[in-house]
Amino acid sequence: MNRELKILAIIVILVGITYWGIEPYAHSVMHPHHEPATFKYEDLKPLNVKGDAARGKEAIVNNGCTGCHGIEAAGFPAPMDPVTASATYGVNPPDLSNIASVVDRKFLANFIKNPVHAALLEHKFSDSKPYPMPAFYGSDQDLADIVAYLESIAKKDISTREAYEVACMRCHNLKYDNLTVLGEKPKFKNDVERAEFELNLAKYEANLQNYLGTTPPDLSMYIRSRGPEYIRDFVENPQKILHGTAMPRVGLTEAATEKVIKHLEKVGDRKKEKRERLGVWVLLYFVILSVLAYLWKKEIWKEVI
Amino acid sequence: MKGLPMADQERRSFIGKVFGGFAAAGGLAALYAMKRTWDPLPSVMAAGFTTVDLSPMKPGELRTVTWRGKPIFILKKPPTDNCKKLPDEPKKRLVKIGDSDYLIVIGLCTHLGCIPTWEPDKKIFHCACHGGEYDACGVDTFGPPPRPLDIPPFKIEGTKLVLGEEGPEYLKLVGKA
Amino acid sequence: MAHFTKANSIYEWLDQRLALTKLWKVLAAEYWIPKNINFLWAMGVVLMTMFTILVISGIFLLMYYKPDTKLAFDSVNYTIMQEVWFGWLWRHMHAVAASVVFLVIYIHMFTAIYYASYKRGRELIWISGMLLFVTFSAEAFSGYMLPWGQMSYWAAQVITNLFGGIPFIGDELVIWIRGNFYVSDPTLTRFFMLHVFLLPLIILMLIGLHFYTLRIPHVNNQDGEDIDFDAEAEKYKAGLKKEAKVIPFWPVFLSKDFFVVSVFMIFYFYLVFYHYDFAMDPINFDPANPMKTPPHIYPEWYFLWSYEVLRGFFFDVGPLSAMDMGLIAFGIANVIFFFLPWFDKNDEVAPAHRRGGFFIWFWLLVFDMIILTIWGKLPPTGFNAYIGYVAAVGFLALFAALPALTARRRGLLMLVIITTLLLFIVGYMVYAETMESGIIVALLFLLFYALFFLSPVVVKRVGGAK
Repeated sequence: MNRELKILAIIVILVGITYWGIEPYAHSVMHPHHEPATFKYEDLKPLNVKGDAARGKEAIVNNGCTGCHGIEAAGFPAPMDPVTASATYGVNPPDLSNIASVVDRKFLANFIKNPVHAALLEHKFSDSKPYPMPAFYGSDQDLADIVAYLESIAKKDISTREAYEVACMRCHNLKYDNLTVLGEKPKFKNDVERAEFELNLAKYEANLQNYLGTTPPDLSMYIRSRGPEYIRDFVENPQKILHGTAMPRVGLTEAATEKVIKHLEKVGDRKKEKRERLGVWVLLYFVILSVLAYLWKKEIWKEVI
Repeated sequence: MKGLPMADQERRSFIGKVFGGFAAAGGLAALYAMKRTWDPLPSVMAAGFTTVDLSPMKPGELRTVTWRGKPIFILKKPPTDNCKKLPDEPKKRLVKIGDSDYLIVIGLCTHLGCIPTWEPDKKIFHCACHGGEYDACGVDTFGPPPRPLDIPPFKIEGTKLVLGEEGPEYLKLVGKA
Repeated sequence: MAHFTKANSIYEWLDQRLALTKLWKVLAAEYWIPKNINFLWAMGVVLMTMFTILVISGIFLLMYYKPDTKLAFDSVNYTIMQEVWFGWLWRHMHAVAASVVFLVIYIHMFTAIYYASYKRGRELIWISGMLLFVTFSAEAFSGYMLPWGQMSYWAAQVITNLFGGIPFIGDELVIWIRGNFYVSDPTLTRFFMLHVFLLPLIILMLIGLHFYTLRIPHVNNQDGEDIDFDAEAEKYKAGLKKEAKVIPFWPVFLSKDFFVVSVFMIFYFYLVFYHYDFAMDPINFDPANPMKTPPHIYPEWYFLWSYEVLRGFFFDVGPLSAMDMGLIAFGIANVIFFFLPWFDKNDEVAPAHRRGGFFIWFWLLVFDMIILTIWGKLPPTGFNAYIGYVAAVGFLALFAALPALTARRRGLLMLVIITTLLLFIVGYMVYAETMESGIIVALLFLLFYALFFLSPVVVKRVGGAK
């Protein structure tokens, strides 16, 4: 018996060392540690002006925002359809109805004021290659008013799916949730409708690819290929994780990021909870089975030793 | 068994039985999981419902839609004047949706499953495979078909028809209400 | 022709026609196993359990998997993992079992090496076992390709590329294996055929062979004692169960096996439900992209030691490039275990702790293979490249030394050790760039390989002790 425990100990130690070397250790070498996300956006300065939402409703028109952006919640339709917009700007300017539901206030103000700087895309855009959204030339008061207005119309409690749609959907397909970069794939009544949709989708994706230099990946399985921590850190600062990437910093709040991650979990690992619950029962079963097996073995071997 | 005290022998059989039984229970659980894996997928079950908007249909018009891979004939205001086979049968096979009567049947011949053709001038469904015929109320009138065209489960929602769900009108029509 | 009378029960009816009673005795109730064993002897049954789990879970995966490059990824990660009832369970079980089975294979294999269960009549058990290892490796490799993720694709790319190293026919061979110039749909479907049909069939036949080869020499025991099985069986049957040195397969041997398997299942299912990244690499949840190699690619853990031998050589030697050196070493490493019974020149069947130098040899081998495994995962840069070189040369050196060691030829053993140490030293000097890989290095390798290939041929077999 002692000898068998000794053998077991040796095996456990050797396997343990091997496991440690090829998993935790090797992965720490391949992915060096970095500071986790804080969502404080410390490189950006806060806008210390109090904004007025009523004034903001006018300021947002007077400053030309609705020239490119739709605001469904306020009755401003998008000036162009997504495909034409992507051909013109590279990407479809987002509808601003719920932008403040997901984006950090300080970030939003900074982004409007100087999009390239806030989005950390200085390595891609400059005077010779301008960013599709121009910098803000209005007053700081106007800026504060606009931010206040956007916050007033944004949904207070958006769902995880809506958070994804506002924050990520314009560039990233989510096949397993039936979401394309043009929105939810509708039920097609006939082949002509299907072909039209797919054509528009292909055009949009081509424009996006042209603008970014690469195709943003479908995020359906990202929760399993990257994991929640990586996604958190990446969303908070893409350049820190993938230096030189074309993805802009999108300035989400921590809460919005959690919602997006939760949605990705629903889409890419729908059975997680079921798996974790069933596991308890299965393990319990084998613990009991082992006890019974041991008792039976003892009975049988009593005759022979 | 030689040399074994009786108590030991009984205990061994008992533990052996408990162990075997518990192992078998685990096997049954595994078999249950295997059975569930064979179940049709949720997306398949969801696709088992088709909604049809009947409002644009004209009287005398036959529309064919697909439900669970089968053709469904929808005939608005069928010419019931030739539904003679079973006198009280015709009206009973029609469904009132809005202010019109509809014939809603599975478009598969009840003989061997070919799809019959609607011949409006003769006001019959004619099956090319073996010559079977049905009147405008779906009742078999000639040839090998053993029974009228089957009625699919359906539910009425305003002017919409939902195939796949058993609504009260359906249950009444098939005599289960 | 057997005499058929009226049977009194269904069992008797079947027994008359199928000799069930005799079959049961031969296969189970009177199949004699030594009593002097430990739980390591249960690894065979653990492997059978794992294989059964792989087949059954595979059957259910097969119902929904689509072997087409456009459909495969989604059929696994959407349909099976998220739509099929318990699909996620079969997939997790299949992936984890495929990884854990190699852990048990290595334990089983090294048990055999430790207790010298590969010689004196047991050579074919060993060889059929090694054939199973190779077939399981092919099965694992072909299976890994099927989800068509990034790792699936690039592993296929790299491994099929290896065959290009074979002289003359290499390039055409690669195209022939792939069914196309590059890894693509034909590659996927033919490896699907291998994984689902041909290789399992071969495995089943090899298992049958492996079991059969055990019967005449019998299972070994902890002391390597040459038991008179007939005499001991008679003792047992006469009721002297405590005195007999043997036990019957059923119920005694199997009762312990069931306990070991039950405990093992706790470990296995814990991994299935809660800790599976080592077996389901996250990188493989990215769909295959022929235009983009992942920043880190590596084979599954059980291939790492072999992979490191392949990349262990980082400098040219004479007319051979570093890649050629690696390929040669890799080729040798993958077959050398087959020849173990003929590299061990000593007839003695005894546990390693009673074989003096062999005990040291055994643990050096284990240590070396662990180093190769871990370094096979690390990026082969900087000093890690040198460690890989030492471990790879060390692996070959251990086998080069084995004939001399087991035949107690001290002089030859010294020669092998010194040549190896010199290779370590010049390797370091080339790594540190204080020396060029020139004529000295080439000659040393020539001597090394000469010793490697000639020792097993020239050294004579030595009679064992008891």
